[in-house]
Amino acid sequence: MGEELKVIVFSLAHEQYGVEVEKVQTIERMQPLTRVPKTPPFVKGVINLRGVVVPVIDLRGRFNLPEAEYTDNTRIIIVAVKEMQVGMIVDSASDVVDVDSDAIEEPPEIVGGVRAKYLRGVAKLKDDRLLVLLNLEEVLNKSEIVQLEQFAE
Amino acid sequence: MEMNQYLSMFIDESREHLQAMNDNMLKLEASPDDISIVQSIFRSAHTLKGMAATMGFEDIASLTHELENVLDLVRNGKLQMNAHMFDTVFKSIDALETMVEDIIAGGSGQADVSAIVAALGAIISGESGAPGAQTGGKQDASSAGELDEFQFSVLEQSLEAGHRVYRIVVSLEQSCVLKAARAYMVFNELEQNGEIVHSSPSVEDIEKEKFDQSFIVYYVTQLERELLEQRIAGISEIESVAAESLDADALKRRVNRPQSSPAPAASDKAPAASGTPRSAAAETAAARAPAAGTAVATRTIRVDIDRLDVLMNLFSELLIDRVRLEQLAGEIRRSDLTETVEHMARVSSDLQNIVLKLRMVPVETVFNRFPRMVRDLAKSLDKKVDLVITGAETELDRTVIDEIGDPLVHLLRNAVDHGIETVPERLAAGKPETGTVHLRAFHSGNHVFIEIEEDGRGINRDKVLATAQKKGIVTAEQAQGMKDEEVYQLLFASGFSTADKISDVSGRGVGLDVVKSKIESLGGRVDIVSKLGTGTRFSVQLPLTLSIIAAMLVKMGNEKYAIPLSSIVETAAVPREQIRRVHGNRMIDFRGGIIPLVSLAKLFDVPSYSDEDEAETEVVIVRKGDRMAAIAVDDFIGQQEIVLKPLGAYLTGLQLFAISGATILGDGQVALIIDTNALIK
Repeated sequence: MGEELKVIVFSLAHEQYGVEVEKVQTIERMQPLTRVPKTPPFVKGVINLRGVVVPVIDLRGRFNLPEAEYTDNTRIIIVAVKEMQVGMIVDSASDVVDVDSDAIEEPPEIVGGVRAKYLRGVAKLKDDRLLVLLNLEEVLNKSEIVQLEQFAE
Repeated sequence: MEMNQYLSMFIDESREHLQAMNDNMLKLEASPDDISIVQSIFRSAHTLKGMAATMGFEDIASLTHELENVLDLVRNGKLQMNAHMFDTVFKSIDALETMVEDIIAGGSGQADVSAIVAALGAIISGESGAPGAQTGGKQDASSAGELDEFQFSVLEQSLEAGHRVYRIVVSLEQSCVLKAARAYMVFNELEQNGEIVHSSPSVEDIEKEKFDQSFIVYYVTQLERELLEQRIAGISEIESVAAESLDADALKRRVNRPQSSPAPAASDKAPAASGTPRSAAAETAAARAPAAGTAVATRTIRVDIDRLDVLMNLFSELLIDRVRLEQLAGEIRRSDLTETVEHMARVSSDLQNIVLKLRMVPVETVFNRFPRMVRDLAKSLDKKVDLVITGAETELDRTVIDEIGDPLVHLLRNAVDHGIETVPERLAAGKPETGTVHLRAFHSGNHVFIEIEEDGRGINRDKVLATAQKKGIVTAEQAQGMKDEEVYQLLFASGFSTADKISDVSGRGVGLDVVKSKIESLGGRVDIVSKLGTGTRFSVQLPLTLSIIAAMLVKMGNEKYAIPLSSIVETAAVPREQIRRVHGNRMIDFRGGIIPLVSLAKLFDVPSYSDEDEAETEVVIVRKGDRMAAIAVDDFIGQQEIVLKPLGAYLTGLQLFAISGATILGDGQVALIIDTNALIK
């Protein structure tokens, strides 16, 4: 048995994803966003999270997946990586599961349209569901956005 | 006793004292005969020693102790300051600063200070030798009168404390060439195991090889005589060593008793080690000195910066609620509610003034390290530079103060390194050989200006352009017809450096581009005025405070934006027919001039509003320096105090277009703050 990881499970384009619970600060319902001009399309804007201005990105857009209408199930998962607070819009957030670190395997090149670079691995859960663990550092890598921005210009 | 709670106090006070010592040393360098300056330095050193010893920072204590000894001799007129001593004392202060920084960083404040202590010791013993040398004429074989009263008491107390005192005669070989070097090795060896109280001839003379084949030292140690002799004899080119163990009687015979010199405070309670009598004398002197001082202490308390930040944050929350209450009261329209809210608004604006004032710090805290820096820099570059500081009392928000240090260091280094010419160059240009760098700070409106102006060589426009073209920053076509200011701004382009060769001083990879981006991130800007041959002025404009500003809220469709009031000239409504088209750009008449009309909706891709088809457009006239522009908006919401919030680390790394931050409105929504400077070209 390896270490037990607590993982928050959310869904995005019919796929189940997970992020470590330690990196998640809160999960918020969808709320009005203030658009920030001249940012990449997946940066949806900023929200007021109890007095702190937090940028929010659409995870579908970040992974170049087709964007969907926001519903009552849509959630903003607020994560903190390297002292950086970011909200990620996901289709829905369902539950918290325990994952045995031994059950995590290297990700294949592309899972559900998401490049392996953004993934930490794929875990098989006890009920045979497959859970894709995100590599948040890469997902929220700023230098990549800067490049994207320059590309757009 | 729990020391941690005193640690921050210790750090603060040590910094203050070190700063004071630095400042005073610079003053002393300008007027070396002013004993009152030495007194202040001595007091600082003494206080520092006391604090360090209490806190258990031994190395700081021992170094300050030695420093104090030197200063003591100077203030008593027994020693004249010279260039070597200045350097040594400056080095000691540097070492102390390093140790204090180490403590701040969580270290133990330990450092190898033996070299500096030895250098200071050498200065002291050099002095101590002086009376000996004066009495040298009377000196006979009995060696009577080799010691003065003071040295005697040191040695006597060492004896009482159970140390051994030796009189060592060291003779070098006739063939010895580098006598001073050998003598130094002997001293070095001795210093490792004890303390040299006196040498004859003086250390200074020995260093200058002003002695024959032998010299005498009085030495306090725990070592046995044989071992001591062995160690010294182990050094090459030593012909003979004769150590004579002295008791109190033997000591007395060697004292050159002055007629009526009062004995130094012998009632010394400190653990006996050589040199302690001095500190005892110093203590009484220091105790007397503050009483004599004229400064009346202001009644202040020290407050942890974090607490002020918490206060500020809490106040920000309150302000957001106040705005919300004002809105609600406006909707409900009950006179008693409105009155209460209005009263609360008045109280909170008073409170705001106080909270903001609490955070204001004089720029002095940044400026005070510059004189020393410029001195060292000028010395290392072999230039002569005067730094003239004015307006050091100008106050700025602490957040700005914290950030502005490095950019200013860079600009000053730049001024001394690239601006001021070398002495021959200056003389050839018919200028005084000493260059002057002015560092000025002053208030103007909602801004603080910091200017760095030198009378150096000025910026060579052609050279700048040539370099910029070589580096591919501008093309030849662009270069033609560029205004001087535009050319100077090229200095701030990344990858630019006009220095012909990379010097140690500037050009260490970070360029002026870093300075500019830092200042801009603080909401400020830099301008350059220069005249070839006569000098250059860098002018840094900074906002007074970063946390709460007055702003005009405007609406564009369903989006709200805030424009800082400080950059707004006025607001107006412009009928469509008054908008002209010049070269495809929309312009409007404004007070006799023509200024561009900027469509914010277009620049920001606002989805729900366009100013193009309005019959009458609301505009906000903004100013950047002497240029103005009109920003077309949908509607004015009103003027409000807003609390600045960063946009979040994820976005601040991006070069956000014309957005300087965000604020939270009364209804909880986030509004972006427009950086109007980016809109004026």
